[in-house]
Amino acid sequence: MSEPLLAVRDLHAWYGEGQALHGVNLDVFRGETVTLLGRNGVGKTTTLRAIMGLVRKRTGSVTFNGADLIGLPLHRVAHQGIGFVPEERGIFATLTVDENLILPPVVAKGGMSVDEIFELFPNLKERRNSPGTRLSGGEQQMLAIARILRTGVQMLLLDEPTEGLAPVIVQRIGELLATLKKRGMTILLVEQNFRFAARIADRFYLMEHGKVLEAFPVGELGAHTELLHEVLGV
Amino acid sequence: MSELTLQERRTAASVRLEWGLVALGVAALIAAPFFIYPIFVMKMLCFALFACAFNLLLGYTGLLSFGHATFFGGAAYFCAYAVKAWGWPPEAGILLGMGGAALLGLVMGFLAIRRQGIYFAMITLALAQMFYFFCVQAPFTEGEDGIQGVPRGSLFGIVDLNVTMNMYYVVLAIFLIGVFAIWRIVNSPFGMILRSIRENENRAISLGYSVGRYKLAAFVMSAALAGLAGATKAIVFQFATLTDVTWQMSGEVILMNLLGGIGTMVGPVVGAGLVVGLENTLATSGFPVTIATGLIFMVCVLVFRRGIVGEIYARWLAPAAAGRDR
Amino acid sequence: MTMIFGIPIQALLGQLLVGLINGSFYAMLSLGLAVIFGLLRIINFAHGALYMLGAFIGYLLLVHVGIGYWPALVLVPLAVGLFGMAVERAALSRLYRIDPLYGLLFTFGMALVIEGVFRFYYGVSGNPYAVPALLAGGTNLGFMFLPNYRGWVVLASLVVCIGTWLLIEKTRLGSYLRAATENPELVQAFGVNVPLLLTLTYGLGAALAGLAGILAAPVYQVSPLMGSDLIIVVFAVVVIGGMGSILGAIVTGYMLGLAEGLTKVFYPEASNLVVFVIMAIVLLLRPAGLFGRDA
Repeated sequence: MSEPLLAVRDLHAWYGEGQALHGVNLDVFRGETVTLLGRNGVGKTTTLRAIMGLVRKRTGSVTFNGADLIGLPLHRVAHQGIGFVPEERGIFATLTVDENLILPPVVAKGGMSVDEIFELFPNLKERRNSPGTRLSGGEQQMLAIARILRTGVQMLLLDEPTEGLAPVIVQRIGELLATLKKRGMTILLVEQNFRFAARIADRFYLMEHGKVLEAFPVGELGAHTELLHEVLGV
Repeated sequence: MSELTLQERRTAASVRLEWGLVALGVAALIAAPFFIYPIFVMKMLCFALFACAFNLLLGYTGLLSFGHATFFGGAAYFCAYAVKAWGWPPEAGILLGMGGAALLGLVMGFLAIRRQGIYFAMITLALAQMFYFFCVQAPFTEGEDGIQGVPRGSLFGIVDLNVTMNMYYVVLAIFLIGVFAIWRIVNSPFGMILRSIRENENRAISLGYSVGRYKLAAFVMSAALAGLAGATKAIVFQFATLTDVTWQMSGEVILMNLLGGIGTMVGPVVGAGLVVGLENTLATSGFPVTIATGLIFMVCVLVFRRGIVGEIYARWLAPAAAGRDR
Repeated sequence: MTMIFGIPIQALLGQLLVGLINGSFYAMLSLGLAVIFGLLRIINFAHGALYMLGAFIGYLLLVHVGIGYWPALVLVPLAVGLFGMAVERAALSRLYRIDPLYGLLFTFGMALVIEGVFRFYYGVSGNPYAVPALLAGGTNLGFMFLPNYRGWVVLASLVVCIGTWLLIEKTRLGSYLRAATENPELVQAFGVNVPLLLTLTYGLGAALAGLAGILAAPVYQVSPLMGSDLIIVVFAVVVIGGMGSILGAIVTGYMLGLAEGLTKVFYPEASNLVVFVIMAIVLLLRPAGLFGRDA
């Protein structure tokens, strides 16, 4: 088997005094969509933030495309080809939609142009001059994803993209992710919406207490129903 | 500025050691005028009380006032004027100075507590500058000359303050009373609430404390005690001038706290001693005082935020707390 | 002679012009403070000292190197900006993670040192800086006599303020700056070198202060003390305007300069108190400041 695009080994992370991750191991291969499952507070978001370097206090190794991310300053990480869409979406109120869209620097060729993005998200085009936070929740989420697509990254870290959104919008985001997948984008997704995740993911990591409890492909979902019931309570 | 002030958790041994040191310190102060030029020690004591009063606000309430010269210098003017122009006895003059400072503190505090943090500092600085301009223009301050030749008189009509040693022990008594008052305030239930405001203002609000009133009360107390120090200084040196109401003076008292240790009882005293000592030394050396104080400020902020006494506590007296303090 | 409220109109306009000049400097300095505070969360107490530094560098360039006003107008902001960037790299960058009050204290110390050094070498007396030949003399506007240099100062400061505003509101660099003001970590995670942005921002603020200084040199005397009193007034301006808005800082600066000028006409004794009085009133009526968004 080929080398994973993203390899996380024995990742520990701390928020102040409190330890949030206790040795996370996971791999994401090129072109895959992988979902982190788990209850609130088990460290899914922290895992994404620690991969990006947004959680500074961390040990272990994070390798992306052969490069070690742990030693890099925060602003160098994106340039390796990883884009991050935070849970709170991070749309800037003092920037227009347009400015929000072109804020993240292009890190590699192959990203979408602004015109392509507006074709994909006509709503954003209509409101390109209004402040970013005037958009609806769904539009903000679209914008948060769209601006990363412009940068040409190979991999997306997506934190709960469907949280708090109407079913119609959730479906649109599902379609969007499917499109991205077809284009070869690698995706690491944190998702509470299990049914949403089941539709688009190739593999799952089930997390508990800051560790990975179990890893399985989408085909073995049925075999893990009981475990998922027990751990997630779904 | 809570993150670097000390945890108040100490061992019994360290408490005994502290009281021993305090007793030693008081004994040293009683003996001091026989070994050191008494005027110099009195100056130190006045500034030390000023610094302690300031620390009540910064160290225990977490409010950085950049305008405390108003209370120190203002009280000096009030006291000097009452004693010289109205012939009041020194104790009445000092009380008037204190009361005047408290009143100024009430006004300044009332305005300043409407904003927090950095704005609080800027507002106090601006209001103090306003008071400075007032003092420059008001006739009773006698402008650039200041109020000169203030008679020391005699305390309660009994103790002749023109005798240096008498004056010294009165100043020492005022200093000890002032510091004791601060110590009591800090360790009272009221002081505990102040500290909880310092640690987390929003939590204090959610616990139902009217934080604004507590802040204002702390501000007024701090102003009154700063006034006590300033008025006493006016009696000792027999003058009150513009120097004591400048923003440089407000900065100096911050420096004393920063250098000695914000939020410790002894730190401001040590800091005041060092700053006054340093200024005395530099005054004869020709090296500009402002450069020295500025450099100390920069160094303290960059590498020494606990101050001297704070570092001693953290390293030797409260090693358990030291780890948490980073 | 025309009179308004018993005041000759020439005197009124004259004082308003003085107010407008002062307001120009308030605006430029509070603008710089607001830019720095927005991103670095530091109140730059040394802003007055940097302004003085600008005036002094201009003066020294003229006296010792023979470099005149016009080249100095470029060289001085550059020099002060570079100095600011060096300070940010060496010291301020270590203070971002702690209470912002420490930043205030550090820059206070810095102001003392800068001022102290110049006082030590040049004393406290003012040094005159001649108005450049091109702007010498004045123009008769019909209703009043306008010294050319003063007109230039008002014009230049307007251009500088509007230019800075456009830079922040309308350019890509400005959008980085605004975004980083809201959420520096996320902007950095997007791949923007935020530490560099912080350095540049402090450099920009310092350069603005330096530029104000060289503009001020021919108006006021070049003296080591010219910055420290000014900075306190500018702090009051900033409290009145609130630092949430760049435009607010600029407008408040001009307004207060004019208010000061008017006071000089009608009640001269209070002219150096009026800004503080207005601050007190604003605090009573609108504690967050006129344009304030943050408490």
